[in-house]
Amino acid sequence: MSSATIDQKPVVPEEIKSFTVTLIIRRFNPEVDDEPHWQDFDVQMYPTDRVLDALHKIKWEQDGSLTFRRSCAHGVCGSDAMRINGRNRLACKTLMKDLDITKPIYVEAIKGLPLEKDLIVDMEPFFDSFKAVQPFLMNSVTPEKGKERIQTVAQRARFDDTTKCILCAACTSSCPVFWTDGQYFGPAAIVNAHRFIFDSRDENAAVRLDILNDKEGVWRCRTTFNCTEACPRGIQVTQAIAEVKQAIMRGKA
Amino acid sequence: MPQTAGTLDSQQKTTSRRPAGTLYRGNTGMWSWVLHRITGVAIFFFLLVHILDTALVRVSPEAYNAVIAQYQTPIMGLGEVALVGAIVFHAFNGLRIILIDFWNAKYQRVLFYVVIGLWVVTMLAFVPRHLINVFSH
Repeated sequence: MSSATIDQKPVVPEEIKSFTVTLIIRRFNPEVDDEPHWQDFDVQMYPTDRVLDALHKIKWEQDGSLTFRRSCAHGVCGSDAMRINGRNRLACKTLMKDLDITKPIYVEAIKGLPLEKDLIVDMEPFFDSFKAVQPFLMNSVTPEKGKERIQTVAQRARFDDTTKCILCAACTSSCPVFWTDGQYFGPAAIVNAHRFIFDSRDENAAVRLDILNDKEGVWRCRTTFNCTEACPRGIQVTQAIAEVKQAIMRGKA
Repeated sequence: MPQTAGTLDSQQKTTSRRPAGTLYRGNTGMWSWVLHRITGVAIFFFLLVHILDTALVRVSPEAYNAVIAQYQTPIMGLGEVALVGAIVFHAFNGLRIILIDFWNAKYQRVLFYVVIGLWVVTMLAFVPRHLINVFSH
């Protein structure tokens, strides 16, 4: 019995194949460049690697000046939204095996916000719109000591979809209306307004509906559905905007 | 395929032929909106010209007749096919957008193909009749 085990070959785990991927990244250094330009990089990748891993490899092994935001790297913080092959995606949630790696992968900053450097844009206009819709609970009644504000399961489910937003700006920067002049509130702000407008515990839905019943509010939505397709959390953004439109028309949430 | 350091360098220096950003790769929703815009602007300019040529009858009936005679040429006949095509798309897609806003955004893609289907059916009914009229006079 023991001699049989000696004859056996040691088990070699099957090698996972890696492949060379070309990334074409839109670079911009405000201190040197007048205009952004494209630069090619070749990296060795596994099918289970993400675009973020490729960016890390480039930054750590090839060109330390490559600039991009990332924080948690697991699709929660919403820092690394960028345009990958012409579509807004989170770099940390886009796997190599889901892209066509026979062609180069184009990576560039999200559109419609001021470009600062390489893949980084100024997010302040985006956050200003978010702040403008008053995205916090407003309720004049204090619950009894030690009690909570009670809500039924159905009342909670009414706005469940819009609680998922991570403010990555993938939706707002995919919107052709937002690209034109950046004045439109944008899908993300409306999604976060929706989250409180339809919350039974909140008392100030009318205020938010009034804010969004603006020339630059919900009525600029042209239902292109780019936001719904870009959302990394799968929020039905256009549906949420349509619900806010209807609430404004009916004068109630 | 392992890359040598030399080729990697030359590749890194490659600045692209496309200095601008890529075109956003939106889906049916975005392209139906683009078409809606283009047809809308085209129809606006048609209406502008149409109001002007109709108003011409007040100025001079002879000039009006001359303009209307121009419209009856085969080239204008083909132009009318494009005009009807634009109006039919704009009308059906407009109904689709109303349904998205007032009914349910979930079925937008199905509705887009319904719009295309209705457009094809309408054009199949219109174009042969129209072209027979245009080329038999």
